Amino acid sequence: MRYALLIHYAQPTVSTLSADEIQAGMAAFHAYAKALDDAGVLLSAEVLQTVGNATSISMKLGKLQVQDGPFADTKEAFAGIFMVNVADLDAALAWAEKCPAAQWGTVEIRPSAVRFESGSWVSAA
Amino acid sequence: MTDDAATRAAELARVAYGRLLALLAAFDGDIEAAEDCLADAFAQALRIWPVSAVPDNPEAWLLRVARNRRYDLHRAASTRLNESLDDAKHGSALSVVQDHDLDPVPDRRLALLFVCAHPAIDSSVRTPLILQTVLGFDARQIARAFAIPVATMAQRLARAKRRIRDTRIPFVIPERLQMPERLAPVLEAIYGAYAIDFQLVAGPEPRDSLAAESQYLATTLAELLPDEAEALGLASLVSLSLARRPARGRTGAFVPLDEQDPASWDQELISQGERYLQRASLLRRTGRFQLEAAIQSVHCTRAASGVTDWRALRTLYAALLCVSPTLGVLVAHAAAVGRVDGALAGLAALDAIADSAVQRFQPAWAARAHLLAEAEQADEAAKAYERAISLTTDVTSRRYLERRLREIG
Repeated sequence: MRYALLIHYAQPTVSTLSADEIQAGMAAFHAYAKALDDAGVLLSAEVLQTVGNATSISMKLGKLQVQDGPFADTKEAFAGIFMVNVADLDAALAWAEKCPAAQWGTVEIRPSAVRFESGSWVSAA
Repeated sequence: MTDDAATRAAELARVAYGRLLALLAAFDGDIEAAEDCLADAFAQALRIWPVSAVPDNPEAWLLRVARNRRYDLHRAASTRLNESLDDAKHGSALSVVQDHDLDPVPDRRLALLFVCAHPAIDSSVRTPLILQTVLGFDARQIARAFAIPVATMAQRLARAKRRIRDTRIPFVIPERLQMPERLAPVLEAIYGAYAIDFQLVAGPEPRDSLAAESQYLATTLAELLPDEAEALGLASLVSLSLARRPARGRTGAFVPLDEQDPASWDQELISQGERYLQRASLLRRTGRFQLEAAIQSVHCTRAASGVTDWRALRTLYAALLCVSPTLGVLVAHAAAVGRVDGALAGLAALDAIADSAVQRFQPAWAARAHLLAEAEQADEAAKAYERAISLTTDVTSRRYLERRLREIG
């Protein structure tokens, strides 16, 4: 079963970090990704730039609207994603607990529904 | 000369830091101010000792310098605030060693330990606080060991210290009647420094282990409280566990206890642990840490006897269940039952665990898999191994379970 581990944390913390702290965070994420990879459960991993660099667009109101900033302004913003392939929710939880970002933010676990692969949509189950 | 004085100061920082801080902080409960003054005193020592000489009683020297600084700051602050300061009271508290520079500095670390593990202090910050105040670790070192950001750790420590000062948690040793209830969190916090390694598998590597510090704290506490059986039990437990550490295969593959080579165990730590356990048993008040130490002791006995006494282990786990019925103990008990009474009895004990959290408890699935394999139920065993593997995040444990799975396939 494929799960997305969606990482959210307060973005101001990123800009106020010292070089040492950023390096420690990177080392933690590296060790985490390595552990997922060694276990053969990692599909992909992506850590995003800060929400200050987000641009949102919408056609909901009939014409293109481009917005400087995120879709929703929240205290904790979306910051990165780990896609994993594990047996079940318990296994996904075991990995989410070990995510470094769980120490300073929130990790949301979402099962995948369908994915696009080799030209067509494939059900996750 | 410079190197000599610097080395001496570094040695003292390791041995005397906690003693000096315990005395300085007890003055008004302000740990942060005491830390600042002690840091000043160490800085002065590094400046002065190389040019004059290392004093006869360097601890007392450091205490006097730090205490004078503390007193100056306090006077300045109270003058500024125009507060009436009870000079007589503070004066006497501060002059404890003023005129006895050649006497040993009194050891008040016990009171400091009870402050750090006070029930009003959040349990997650007790271990970090002890590491900082008793051993002089800085927030960076502690944060690294706990695999959390430095800023977060510094904030938690600062908040706890403010709380101790502002709510006036007293720097005293609890009365006899309160002792059992107040000692338990101190023991937990010290054990926490040892157990941290097992809680954070995917932390940033390489992490500095605090196991040796935990053993130092546990043995210090045992010496300060020689009549508390559980304090002696903890010193025994940490010593015996630490003794087997080199054999656990930290860099290579995971090596389970009964496959470890006893020759790689630290005999000196084992004897030390055994002595603490003997002293504890003479006091005739059993408890969780003594039972856990006794379990470690049975495993260590294999170094001499060549066999593991599973019958003794089953009895000890049954006793431990009465005082500490955690999931880990329930599973370990079931495993011991499996060794003595057969795999089916072990499986029955596992099935009897009522707590639904057992479904996501990795050790329960690993134990179930081993028992099923032994009962020659290969299909069920394979399923249990797969489930155990899916719940394992540590790569060496994963490889070990994968190897066991291949062996039954």
